[in-house]
Amino acid sequence: MKPTDIVEKQILRADIPQVGPGDEVKVHVRVVESGKERVQIFQGNVVSVYGSGASANYTVRKLSYGVGVERTFPIHSPSVAKLEVVKRGDIRRAKLNYLRKRSGKSAKVRELREDQ
Amino acid sequence: MAQKAIVGEKVGMTQVWGDDQRVVPVTVLRVEPARIVQVKNGLTDGYSALQVTFGQRDAKKLSRSEAGHFAPKSGARNVAAGRRLVELRLDSVDGFEIGQEIKVDTLAVGERVDVTAVSRGKGFAGTMKRHNFSGQGASHGNHKHHRSPGSIGSCTFPGRVFKGLRMPGHLGHQQVTTLNLEVVQADPEKNLLLVKGSVPGPNGGVVIIRNAVKGSSKGK
Repeated sequence: MKPTDIVEKQILRADIPQVGPGDEVKVHVRVVESGKERVQIFQGNVVSVYGSGASANYTVRKLSYGVGVERTFPIHSPSVAKLEVVKRGDIRRAKLNYLRKRSGKSAKVRELREDQ
Repeated sequence: MAQKAIVGEKVGMTQVWGDDQRVVPVTVLRVEPARIVQVKNGLTDGYSALQVTFGQRDAKKLSRSEAGHFAPKSGARNVAAGRRLVELRLDSVDGFEIGQEIKVDTLAVGERVDVTAVSRGKGFAGTMKRHNFSGQGASHGNHKHHRSPGSIGSCTFPGRVFKGLRMPGHLGHQQVTTLNLEVVQADPEKNLLLVKGSVPGPNGGVVIIRNAVKGSSKGK
């Protein structure tokens, strides 16, 4: 336990599921536009999880009209209304940066099967 | 000088969420209630300051001179001995008396403070680390002079090296003040103070927090 945990544990969120690289997630992002708040969904594969404690982040990559888009969120960010895990991925490395160079079928992450 | 001052201990850095849901980098300071041991004013000491102590210390482990300072036999005062004695210079010490406790809630959220501490000692450091010199080239025939300062002066005239020339030497372990830090949170129950930004010194170091002496461009 770190000494700063007395502050950090107050801002950690318990309602966020555990996500790891390869998982397909739906991030419900709170967007404030002209004073109004709405929720936007960013769905894609988690390609990296890094940091620890209050400063842990994850990066989600998706294809938007054929263009790769990556967004990084702090795991405990209050601007994420909800985090849903759609699929668990079957992957062999912690950072999926190789997806950037790939396109089409080879840019997919295999789904983790239950019997594995 | 300052109107308010308090002493604390650096716990470490972390981050919290601001009102706009953005990350605010903060330094956590543990500010235990400070007990006033001595009130210095212009008449008795030539300047005004509060001598305070904080934390607990085993009364049996005090030296006689320390014990006599906290609780003299004359009965002039009786203050529980703390970890250290720290002097807080103030504009005015009116209204402060011996034994009174100063707590973290003397500082309000949003207030600007200056934090003074002894910086981390870096030992004997070269000019690149100590004075941000550029150093010399990695290649072009350079031989074992990649981090050297280079020329330190001229030749026969003036025939000496000017005083004050920046050279290698001891770096760090000196008193440093960080100005105009914003108070993010002041929690008198947990004795915690959160200030935005970094604070000199190692974790566990003693810091003095006082209200900002210089104005800030961001108001207040």
